[in-house]
Amino acid sequence: MSFHKHVLPNGLTIVGEISPSARSVAAGFFVKTGSRDETPQECGVSHFLEHMVFKGTPNRTALEVNYDFDKIGASYNAFTSEENTVFYAAILPEYLPEAVDILADILRPSLRGADFDMEKKVIIEEIGMYDDQPMWCAYDNAKKAFFDEHPLGNSILGTAASITALTREQMQAYYDRRYVAPNITVALAGNFAFADAVKLIEKSCGAWPGGTAPRKNITPVAPRKYQQVMTKDKLNQEQVFMLAPAPAADSPERYAADTLAMIVGDDSGSRLYWALVDPGYADSADMGFHDYEGTGGYFLSFSCEPDNTEDNLAIIRDILHQVQTEGVSDEELAVAKSKILSRVVRGSERPMGRMQALGMGWMYLKTYRSVDEELANFDAVTLKDIRGVLDKYPFDQLTVLALGPLAKLDA
Amino acid sequence: MTQQVFQHTLPNGLTLLLERMDHVRSAAVNFLIPAGCVYDPPEQLGLVSIFSDMITRGAGDRDSRALTLAMDSLGLDHSESVGQLHLRFWGSTLARSIPPALELFADILRRPHLPDEQLDSVKSLALQDLQALEDEPRAKVMVEMRRRFWPHPLGQDRRGSEESIERITPRGLRDFHASHFGPKGTIMSVAGNMDWQPLRDQVERLFGDWQGNDVRPPKLIAPIKGQAHLDKDTTQTQIVIGYPSVPFGDPEYYAALGAVQVLSGGMGARLFTEVREKRGLCYAVSANYQTFKQVAGILCYAGTTTERAQETLDVTIGELKRMIDGVSEEEVQRVRAGLKSSVIMQEESTSSRAGALASDWYYLNRVRSMDEIQQAIDALSPRSILDHVKKYPPRDFTIVTLGKNALTLP
Repeated sequence: MSFHKHVLPNGLTIVGEISPSARSVAAGFFVKTGSRDETPQECGVSHFLEHMVFKGTPNRTALEVNYDFDKIGASYNAFTSEENTVFYAAILPEYLPEAVDILADILRPSLRGADFDMEKKVIIEEIGMYDDQPMWCAYDNAKKAFFDEHPLGNSILGTAASITALTREQMQAYYDRRYVAPNITVALAGNFAFADAVKLIEKSCGAWPGGTAPRKNITPVAPRKYQQVMTKDKLNQEQVFMLAPAPAADSPERYAADTLAMIVGDDSGSRLYWALVDPGYADSADMGFHDYEGTGGYFLSFSCEPDNTEDNLAIIRDILHQVQTEGVSDEELAVAKSKILSRVVRGSERPMGRMQALGMGWMYLKTYRSVDEELANFDAVTLKDIRGVLDKYPFDQLTVLALGPLAKLDA
Repeated sequence: MTQQVFQHTLPNGLTLLLERMDHVRSAAVNFLIPAGCVYDPPEQLGLVSIFSDMITRGAGDRDSRALTLAMDSLGLDHSESVGQLHLRFWGSTLARSIPPALELFADILRRPHLPDEQLDSVKSLALQDLQALEDEPRAKVMVEMRRRFWPHPLGQDRRGSEESIERITPRGLRDFHASHFGPKGTIMSVAGNMDWQPLRDQVERLFGDWQGNDVRPPKLIAPIKGQAHLDKDTTQTQIVIGYPSVPFGDPEYYAALGAVQVLSGGMGARLFTEVREKRGLCYAVSANYQTFKQVAGILCYAGTTTERAQETLDVTIGELKRMIDGVSEEEVQRVRAGLKSSVIMQEESTSSRAGALASDWYYLNRVRSMDEIQQAIDALSPRSILDHVKKYPPRDFTIVTLGKNALTLP
């Protein structure tokens, strides 16, 4: 494995990790923009724009974009988060020139009015699809309650109303503001030659405009003790989220926080598993660590029969209190490290996985971390580090959101 | 890059397969045990699902906690999934941790505790699983589709019912283990950075004296088929359309696969193009090939808001029927490129390869080489796909919808 980096004169960064034994190569264009960068009037535009990027350029119609990707057998897609919009493809090595040509071309979309109107319908269908998924609705609303006024609480999809109201001109303005070369990183991983890739990208992207796309409000989120019940009496199960602040993506404490979340709430052998799932009190229970630029959060969630919700909440508060006051054990830490080692290694065996890790690592840290360096960072976590992160980010003030048949929760 | 595939069938009937992948650090292991939910006793539907949860709650010398701790300490991610014909055990971790993981798997498969006192907890989880199905429209519509589309009991849902779950007893679980768990028909496949001889020696030591099962596949009863609507107050209407195809292993298999790829192989495929790209009718639309040994089918899915559901159904059915008019050379080129990529990229995933080895062995009694698959893909042409579609035209649709309003069906 070898790492390479090159910055074009217009500010576009290219990073690559070469793995000669790989059968494929993956390439991703990472744009540092997402729902947190939207104004209230633009709610949902980042994700809608991600769709529009596939709807054609001066060189290709929407259908030609799809046909050209399919012609080279690409596995391709895109996703939008609070902070990033990523367009990617994995291809056999001989098709890298075509893949770069298509990806670079579609990143300069025409945003044609007819396509805009058609895709609006698809977005509204996507919103409808998620609307029928209780776990997702609970997650989205819990995130909003937790982040409150902070822009990380902005909805990624937007609402049917905000999408309906959005104009092509607003999207164009957002695009012009955010899709500037210094705000974009290209990450490649797998079997390819870096110098050749740089030439291809320079040819396609060298003329992209420079400029800056600063991000507003990257302050840490404050704890918010808050409780909300969303009653949906047609549902059977109650979905519950509990959120608390955690370290940021660029913090060295992220490794301890991630490890702690695994000890408390992994789906196998964690404290939540033994206390809730093993005895059948909840049909799922887990805790994840979500990190963002400038802040982070622990997302604890479970689903259960509505009548068990109060008891389960009490059990969880006890677990969190115990972890907070007594910390975790040597054995728990050692087991968590074994799981992490196995998951990181397996996640890195495909170029697609490495490309994502490489691109995200660059977006947040502007440094390269090889698989072994990443493993060493986790391996270095001590009980003292976990104590430190617990002291700095205690679980004592939780944002709680329940969605399901329940009418209310005791305070 | 020559493939390194090894195979050995033990005298007791257990088949071991390995694909050695020396460019990775991990390995994945897969057990297919012929003990799927079609073997649920009719009075105790849901038993195999309950069993699959109980079986990891202690085995050999370890109780439930000790067993979980042992697996987690090896970094072993694992799952137990209930298929129609097989109970599948999957595990993956670093290759060097696979030998100790196999010791644990041998305990789980051969010496599970099935602790009586945990049955109520597991039943509670099974009942919640049933309840949760009602909250998940897409899963719910598929359950009804499978029930109608496949010959009984291939379409039977693994979850059972509230009443049948109540009837499950500790004794029933132990009897099921005694009668259905054993080496006959069991396929164990491994893919990753492993050496053959030590693996084979270990498996012979762990499973060589395993005896037991003698299970006959169930007799199949003709499917219900037809059309149905499930009333549900949801934002979207769920639509599933099924029609027959040829099973895996049939000489027509690759042509059938080619045809479904024309419909749903990439974003340029017909369903995505006509239903989503040109009309904006939905976010998700797809067609999937599914197979058993004797029967196979194509299942198409679309989810769309109530007002546009009728048009979505009509356009989708129209595309299925239009297959008989033929496919273009450009479409087949795209299908070949997509299949070729996915076959080669599968070589980067130990889990995919372990799964493919087991499924090849189950259906074909051999493992297909990459070259063989490649040649079959290269041989796809507009002619071969059209010939297949003419022989097996999309028609006799089984249709299930779920949502606020029933649709007018063709």
